[in-house]
Amino acid sequence: MPDVEPDVEEAVAVAFREEWGQVVATLIRVTGDWDLAEECAQDAFAQALDRWRRDGVPRRPGAWLTTTARNRALDVLRREAVGAAKLREVAVLARDEPSYEPEDASGDDSGVQDLQDDRLRLIFTCCHPALPIEARVALTLRTLAGLTTPEIARAFLVPEATMAQRLVRAKRKIRNAGIPYRVPPAHLLPERTTGVLGVVYLLFNEGYAATAGVDLVRTNLCAEAIRLARVLARLMPDEPEVLGLLALLLLHDARRHTRVDAAGDLVTLENQDRTAWDRAEADEGTALLETALRRGRPGPYQIQAAIAACHMTAPTADDTDWADIAALYGELARFVPSAVVRLNRAVAVGVAEGTDAGLALIAELEDEGDLAGYHLLPATCADLLRRGGRMDEAAEAYRRALELVENDAERRFLEKRLAECRFA
Amino acid sequence: MKYVLFLCTLVGGEELSPEEIAEDPRFTAYIDEVRSRDIVKGGARLRPHTDATTVRVQGHEVLLSDGPFVESTEYVAGIDIVEVADLDEAIALASRHPAALGGGSVEVRPVWE
Repeated sequence: MPDVEPDVEEAVAVAFREEWGQVVATLIRVTGDWDLAEECAQDAFAQALDRWRRDGVPRRPGAWLTTTARNRALDVLRREAVGAAKLREVAVLARDEPSYEPEDASGDDSGVQDLQDDRLRLIFTCCHPALPIEARVALTLRTLAGLTTPEIARAFLVPEATMAQRLVRAKRKIRNAGIPYRVPPAHLLPERTTGVLGVVYLLFNEGYAATAGVDLVRTNLCAEAIRLARVLARLMPDEPEVLGLLALLLLHDARRHTRVDAAGDLVTLENQDRTAWDRAEADEGTALLETALRRGRPGPYQIQAAIAACHMTAPTADDTDWADIAALYGELARFVPSAVVRLNRAVAVGVAEGTDAGLALIAELEDEGDLAGYHLLPATCADLLRRGGRMDEAAEAYRRALELVENDAERRFLEKRLAECRFA
Repeated sequence: MKYVLFLCTLVGGEELSPEEIAEDPRFTAYIDEVRSRDIVKGGARLRPHTDATTVRVQGHEVLLSDGPFVESTEYVAGIDIVEVADLDEAIALASRHPAALGGGSVEVRPVWE
């Protein structure tokens, strides 16, 4: 039946996206060996192509893959003649998990919680703060999302050998330094959850910063980050910040394609084509945000999502509720005491209450000196002055920003604005 | 697992003697805790870095120099050998150590065994 084959390939591809992290996570717990876990997971997916063609796609592909990978691990360990004690341990652990039996058609879901816990264990271990941040990101993409080492290297613009070394070192440190494979206990959980969310957000921003036309692997990071955020939201449905992060990513992603024009130049929010925004994605983000906010425990991701939602729900740029946005930035500054957040607040205040109100806030930041040398400080002044029709002062501020800017796309944008001031 | 905590303090900072440490409430609270849990397997309070002598051998010649082998803003003021379940426990211990609280730092290194 040759017409069955594409279906099987599709089923394996779907299973890979859905189950890879799960299979690896469980195998790591059972064997305690990260490399062996990856190897056996890979092997199980290769076997699936063959066996599912012959026997049909199993009712629970994840369970089939986990069992196959676990059996493979037992074979390897037997061949390597590891101690009988370790073998017994792996065999016993495997036997205790009823949902792994591929023939199991009883619909018994008692093992599902264990499997979910495995994936959480893996996420928290990959994002352990004792690992360097680049390693956390790489390890998450490799073990949880199933990206290959060359793909991750390309996504982060580093040579493949560098990325391979980074992954090897990270796994070695997990083993040698005794980083526990577990979901952290309650007293560590809030802090570690923040760390995990930070990794996913960083992943998304890497993809978001990549402009159109560049390597697809880079822009695909956005999709990977959203997929991971969805997994987290499913595993930690009671954590409003987890939902807030997913909402934020969806709201940003909904207008990702309108951020850059055909020539590769940045398009500001006001000038983006709102009809091209992905409404379904934005609506999902907004709905998630509402669910999160109902819990009554706001946090930085929920607030940033709320700011994004303010922009997304305004029918035109002129309808944007800047007073609301200014208030939200004020709230955000309480959680994240950063000068950049206050700079954003200054913009919102400047538009909502008048140019001078915004400039006064920027002057405060200038006096404090934390943002000295940061091109967005004069660029923000310039933007407010331009909006207020004070073109000469705006041009002067754009010139100061141009002296500091490094990114080419941003330079072109500032030059365009400066030219507009001159001809206004 | 066994870890060694390298307790680093700032050059020019406090230099408490073992006797002073034994009476300092910041330290006694910590010492009482680790004693009651029986996790410290050894350790030493070291004299300041200015009392160090560094030995190098070049061919048959023994070269001595005064001071630590590398000049730094911090120096190792003591070590603790601890036995705990995992890195998280070692980190928790290090983060409560008075040396870390006083502006210094604690390097946590697993023992190779």
